Amino acid sequence: MITIGHRGASYGRFSIKPGQSRSLYGSRARDYSKWALIGVTMDLAEYGRRARAWLDAHPPTGDDVAAARSYMADLYDAGYSGITWPAEWGGQGLTQAEERAFAAVARDYTLPIYVFSIGLGMCGPTLVDLGTPEQKTRHIRRLLRGEDIWCQLFSEPGAGSDVAALQTRAAEDNGEWVVNGQKVWTSVAQHADYGLLLTRTDPSVPKHRGLTMLIVDMHAPGVTVRPLKDMTGRAHFNEIFFDDVRVPADCVVGQVGEGWNAAVTTLLHERLSISSGVGMSGEKDNPTSFAALSKVADTSDPVVRDQLVELYIRSRALALFNQRLAQETKAGIFPGARGSAAKLLLAELTTFSADLAVDLVGPEALVEGHPLANALALSPALALGGGTNEIMRNIVGDRVLNLPPEPRVDKNVPFNELKVNS
Amino acid sequence: MNLLLSAEQQDLRAAVRSFLSNVNPRDGYDPAVYGRMNGELGLAGLVIPDEYGGAGGGISDLSVVLVETGAALLPGPFLATTLATLALLECPDKELLSGIAEGRINAALAWEDRPLVLGGMEADVLILVTGEPSLVAVEGFGREPVETIDITRGMARVSLDGATTRVLGRPSDRVHDLAMVAIAAEQLGVLRESLAAIVSYAKVRVAFGRFIGSYQGVKHKLADMHCALEQAESLVRHAAWTADAAPDELPLAAALAQAYVGRACFQAAKDSLLLHGGIGFTWEHDAHLYFKRAKSDEVLLGPPRLHRSRLAALLGLS
Repeated sequence: MITIGHRGASYGRFSIKPGQSRSLYGSRARDYSKWALIGVTMDLAEYGRRARAWLDAHPPTGDDVAAARSYMADLYDAGYSGITWPAEWGGQGLTQAEERAFAAVARDYTLPIYVFSIGLGMCGPTLVDLGTPEQKTRHIRRLLRGEDIWCQLFSEPGAGSDVAALQTRAAEDNGEWVVNGQKVWTSVAQHADYGLLLTRTDPSVPKHRGLTMLIVDMHAPGVTVRPLKDMTGRAHFNEIFFDDVRVPADCVVGQVGEGWNAAVTTLLHERLSISSGVGMSGEKDNPTSFAALSKVADTSDPVVRDQLVELYIRSRALALFNQRLAQETKAGIFPGARGSAAKLLLAELTTFSADLAVDLVGPEALVEGHPLANALALSPALALGGGTNEIMRNIVGDRVLNLPPEPRVDKNVPFNELKVNS
Repeated sequence: MNLLLSAEQQDLRAAVRSFLSNVNPRDGYDPAVYGRMNGELGLAGLVIPDEYGGAGGGISDLSVVLVETGAALLPGPFLATTLATLALLECPDKELLSGIAEGRINAALAWEDRPLVLGGMEADVLILVTGEPSLVAVEGFGREPVETIDITRGMARVSLDGATTRVLGRPSDRVHDLAMVAIAAEQLGVLRESLAAIVSYAKVRVAFGRFIGSYQGVKHKLADMHCALEQAESLVRHAAWTADAAPDELPLAAALAQAYVGRACFQAAKDSLLLHGGIGFTWEHDAHLYFKRAKSDEVLLGPPRLHRSRLAALLGLS
């Protein structure tokens, strides 16, 4: 399963794996185990064996959303959803060790939980970090059990890489917020019950300061979700319109005007959850892999052999880099912005390998329905979703190499005096 | 698989880095420096077994050292003696190995069909790989110095006429594989330092009223170089690990490391030089020393296409 989305991206193949312990079930940005209730310490090997037995006994029953909800509920009831999340709010309150043990086993299965990935990977962890006790009580358990599907509403047509330039307005009215505007690139919004919505509440201050994050009911009057057909010919994500949507005051996440900090928290979790391979198909299903192409290409041609060697070199170099990041993470060295280097390399490898694959196979590869036709059409997704290649290079330059930042002409200018996209 | 450095290896790295911080690549071979390096730090005997007076370390330990000697562009025969030592480990000779471990003997690895030998002028003994294949210790050989573009490290044109030879045994392909890993480790150091030099410069050099590192035209290139460094480091650690712990995987890992790191190293040295601007083209600046070492290393065991051909064969492409 491969799904793309600007901010809420999950990547089915070549999953970046900066750490074994990261999965959709938890977060490595923060070790929730500090909230853990001290319980019976189960032998980890036994924990893994039980998880495997459970997964064997519970094959997915279908690939629609209803089946996914039912699967998620079973997974939660069995104790395998929210493993490291605080028990107080409905998590299991266990440690990264159990999390890793489960992830190691789950890698051998395809869990039908994609539709929950934004909630589990980004929205939920943000609520755990910043939500009020009431918000956590209301949402976390339901989210973990698959009763609610969540989406993340940051990007707009006029604010992509520069998400703080967003224009969706939330105005106070009789103790409620009234939202007007448009969001885009929103994965799973067509199924979502709730969204984390970033809005502008004060246009008179510089752009990062006038933002507020809200929990929005996706079924509320005035919310319109439209699938957005992308270059693959399918709709992997949506555009969302807000017309006088009323949001109660107790749905603010964090503080009013502190939305940028909340968004940074969410994006940190996003970067971590992108790396997750749980529930996604693995390298074995990738039609542009070295293994797949060396079977179908004409290797009697020395040029073809060298092209395949190039693919092998790049794939292995990245795989080993990811493994090193994973081992570092396990050893307590947090990869930080170096994960952006891995994401950039993956995006470049993905476009390179799809391009090469079609060259090697020839015109047949472009026939509708051929896996390579789809792979080629999908290949730019990774270079755009979760931050473009240019943004990744900025991050590596600024935060890994500590290069001087670019001058920001908009930094201290009130938002309503800025040049914006219209 | 282990791709991380142990605490001991981190200490080793720090010690070597600190020792080499005073080395000037333009000073040439200084036996006094080598005396301290092999005495205090015991680097010549690092991978030589205890029974021959060495430290009994692994290829992973050695690669930590070679990254640092590469980054410092250490002049003299360290790499040459190391390559010869790795070959000798395949056909151990007590006298030679203990002499190297004590720092008494400089050696150089040579191939029968290649008269240009790295470290040939400083070598007391040549460890020669012949077509048989056999490994032969050669003394009393003829030589004349050859100046190459890499002024930090000399080569010699060697003649075997009238030399004394002694067959040491039959080496496996591992000799070649270990040489590839060792050179990849050195290249990783050259790459790392090439990047570090231009990153430092980009933080202080001003053009059009801004530090040049703030321009995306510069920053993005440096980000790409960092990506190459991360991958190169992973490949070198992996290749070294296979040499120590998974010998069956060594041939593929070694060819992979050499094919990627050799190229990436020269690219980084070239881009670092270019991004320095005109100053990088001057004799006085060190950028060209890295540029030239990178190219010398890249072709030392044959150009990248040979490693790519070897990869194709190992991967069963034909």
